[in-house]
Amino acid sequence: MWIYEKKLQYPVRVGKCDVRMARYLMEQYGGADGELAAALRYMNQRYSIPDKVIGVLTDISTEEFAHLEMIATMIYKLTKDASVQELEAAGLGPNYAQRDHALFYQNSAGVPWTASYIQAKGDPIADLYEDIAAEEKARATYQWLIDMTDDVDLQDSLKFLREREIIHAIRFKESVQILMEERDKKKVF
Amino acid sequence: MNSQERVWATYRGPFDPCPPVPFKTYVVPPNQYVNFQPPGLPQYPLAEALRAGTLWPAFYSPYESKAGKGGV
Amino acid sequence: MEQPKACEPRYYEMLEQLQVLDFALVELNLYLDTHPEDLKAIEQFNQLTQERTRLANQFQELYGPLQNFGRAYSKCPWEWSQSPWPWQV
Repeated sequence: MWIYEKKLQYPVRVGKCDVRMARYLMEQYGGADGELAAALRYMNQRYSIPDKVIGVLTDISTEEFAHLEMIATMIYKLTKDASVQELEAAGLGPNYAQRDHALFYQNSAGVPWTASYIQAKGDPIADLYEDIAAEEKARATYQWLIDMTDDVDLQDSLKFLREREIIHAIRFKESVQILMEERDKKKVF
Repeated sequence: MNSQERVWATYRGPFDPCPPVPFKTYVVPPNQYVNFQPPGLPQYPLAEALRAGTLWPAFYSPYESKAGKGGV
Repeated sequence: MEQPKACEPRYYEMLEQLQVLDFALVELNLYLDTHPEDLKAIEQFNQLTQERTRLANQFQELYGPLQNFGRAYSKCPWEWSQSPWPWQV
């Protein structure tokens, strides 16, 4: 089971009112390489992977849910007090027409999240390589998002999330090594 | 410009309509050089680790926004 | 009813101290998942867990429970469902 903890993993501050960024951040909320896709991908793969790496998948998946909450916090803060006109100017008119200020699992172009974003091949090596690729793609998405805002507070939280992708990729690479039974750490480093 | 950044020039065709971008960049993060983290790596002080997004300086990857820099 | 004192400077200070400790614990946890024999890292994990427990108890005493479902005590009225939620602060 899961226990919710009533705090963010990392402080999220938004320095200026910029509804446009809320829309772009949805790429990491409900996009193909976003946090929801990551969390669900790892949490599902763990049932068909050797026991030695179940812990990694469970724990990284759980951390991804904390990141999903950080992204939601950014979107919430950026849109909470936005007028209909401001939402429309940011391209969120269609979103308002469907659901007022509600968040939704969709990407920056408004395409709803779909399970076909994630894979479970049942082959441990294939699945872990998908995970490594997913982390690198999410890292790249964070770079483009950081490029799109001059809000240093928002950049700060996004830089934290970008660095986490780098660490997760290392853990997945180590998981591959563990499954190769290549335990001589000096040799593989 | 940091040591993890790589620079490359795009091919300039004779009929490209827009002013040319002099160069493009990409990042090679430190995780690319490691298959298995060795034990005992030096650590950041804990408060700094939170800000860096990692406990280990060896895996820190800086990234600066291109916003407002006429960037790529 | 006494309003929770969240959003005062001490709330943010303690929250960030907790985020600092918990982040180190996440990092060590993921590391230990792939390095289960690293005794020094396990000792650091256990020591930080102790510090974390102490700080979390102090925080909860002042600002209400961090976790629900029986992981923290409540005063009256029921504290868990009171604002602010993490995305509101």
